[in-house]
Amino acid sequence: MSGHSTYQPQSRFLQWFEKRLPLGSLIHSSFVAYPTPRNLNYLWTFGAILTFMLAVQIVTGVVLAMHYTPNVDLAFKSVEGIMRDVNFGWLLRYLHANGASMFFLAVYIHMFRGIYYGSYKEPREVLWILGVIIYLLMMATGFMGYVLVWGQMSFWAATVITNLFSAIPGVGDAIVTWLWGGYAVGNPTLNRFYSLHYLLPFVIAGVVVLHIWALHVAGQNNPTGIEPKSEKDTVAFTPYATIKDAFFMGVFCIVFAWFVFYIPNFLGHADNYIPANPAVTPSEIVPEWYYLPFYAILRSIPDKLMGVIALFASIVVLAFIPWLDTSRVRSARYRPLFRQFFWLWVIACIGLGWLGSKQPEGIYVILSRIFTVYYFAFFLIIMPLLGIFEKTKPLPNSISDSVLGAKA
Amino acid sequence: MTTVSSAEHTRRDFLYIATGAVGAVGAAAALVPLIAQMNPDASTIAAGAPIEVDLAPVTDGQIIKVFWRSKPIFIFHRTQKEIEEARKVDVASLPDPEPDSERVKQGHDQWLVVIGICTHLGCIPLAHQGEYDGWFCPCHGSQYDTSGRIRKGPAPRNLALPPYKFVSDTKIQIG
Repeated sequence: MSGHSTYQPQSRFLQWFEKRLPLGSLIHSSFVAYPTPRNLNYLWTFGAILTFMLAVQIVTGVVLAMHYTPNVDLAFKSVEGIMRDVNFGWLLRYLHANGASMFFLAVYIHMFRGIYYGSYKEPREVLWILGVIIYLLMMATGFMGYVLVWGQMSFWAATVITNLFSAIPGVGDAIVTWLWGGYAVGNPTLNRFYSLHYLLPFVIAGVVVLHIWALHVAGQNNPTGIEPKSEKDTVAFTPYATIKDAFFMGVFCIVFAWFVFYIPNFLGHADNYIPANPAVTPSEIVPEWYYLPFYAILRSIPDKLMGVIALFASIVVLAFIPWLDTSRVRSARYRPLFRQFFWLWVIACIGLGWLGSKQPEGIYVILSRIFTVYYFAFFLIIMPLLGIFEKTKPLPNSISDSVLGAKA
Repeated sequence: MTTVSSAEHTRRDFLYIATGAVGAVGAAAALVPLIAQMNPDASTIAAGAPIEVDLAPVTDGQIIKVFWRSKPIFIFHRTQKEIEEARKVDVASLPDPEPDSERVKQGHDQWLVVIGICTHLGCIPLAHQGEYDGWFCPCHGSQYDTSGRIRKGPAPRNLALPPYKFVSDTKIQIG
């Protein structure tokens, strides 16, 4: 559904170039003339924000790599060197560390948006699954980046997460030794994590290109969840979407800058300013905030293997929701029951995040179990059944009708 | 040009399949070094040679921590009371049933030698803590008794025993 390109280069050079590589008309049809639904709200600006955050992470990361040393004796020191000695090193590192948090904040809003408005439904299944793959890659990248600092939390996060694989019956221990390159987390582990942490963002960038490609084939969803039917339903990407994206990116950057300049360590953990010590586990270890809900799911199940399976299942289940959701109405706007269950699910996700930061005892364990059950029930029971039992509200005739009010 | 019907197998089909098979074997063989390079290297394995530990300075009730193959090894000089605690429990009621006598060397009942890594997700449990006078893991709340056996919490197995032997009454070799 790329827009009809009316791109006509003015200069002789661009005309010459266009005949040999039609880059100009690709950009023009994808980001200028491309028709976007006229009713997109600010939740649709997060795609652009995420692309921007990926660029921020790659640029600051490449620069930090010029000053960082991936060796168990030097890693922590080199990070402190970046903070104290390297010109603007503190800024670059705080941008990178808080940038990861902002990246995850944006991706969670993006995913909640997708689920609320049914953006995963036919014909956008592949687009959605590519998004789930990007999210998995982000989790792996974020985790390995956190290990590179080589503080206490880094070391023990690496130990706990790699040990998840020891739950696999039979070959678990061999896999963990292979991941470590030794008998425990150590220098070989740090080296390979550094290599992969540098690689994966570029893999993400590649999948992002596929994600955007799939988006431009299916066209954007919109708050009504009905497809554009006429030219009245759409506006050109530029200037409408471009300006809206740019404006909200600015707003988002204010939040980002507030973290970087005022509370740069708020989302981190004080223990990670203690150099890694393989002999002592910190008295409480918690992952970064963006992994907390999954950590709570892991801990809510008293059996090790089942806990690990639940952890991975809670992410993998996302890839199946295009088929688990049987309703033909996309947007929660016209699905009164789905909307309530959705908000309960958001509460469960945030609740699990809060519980993931608590000690696993007493009421916290019981609450984690309730939320974990609901988390899975939402996808596996509620989504399939609602499509059959829910009485949806009437859909508007078109996007422009819903915006301007039906005049017929 | 006439097109050859593909209904029957031709010698060309055979060549296609044979070429593809050789290519697949080659690709699989190329994966071997790429995967094997991630396993522990020669220097890591060499550094994992057996070590000797002198037990003479370890007093009653003390737990010391030594490192072997980058893993912490707990050496627990148990008091009479702690040995009895470990022995009087009904073995069948344990999550990972194992009598205390099988976890120590015969004639050296006071010495418990275990790998100090929680069998849940690899944290190092804290000594002399928890409800069973053994270890308490701060990560996810697993509790071990004076025999290093799991009693409570998410860990599936007892603390593992490293390979070791008594060289003399006051010296052990681990590995």
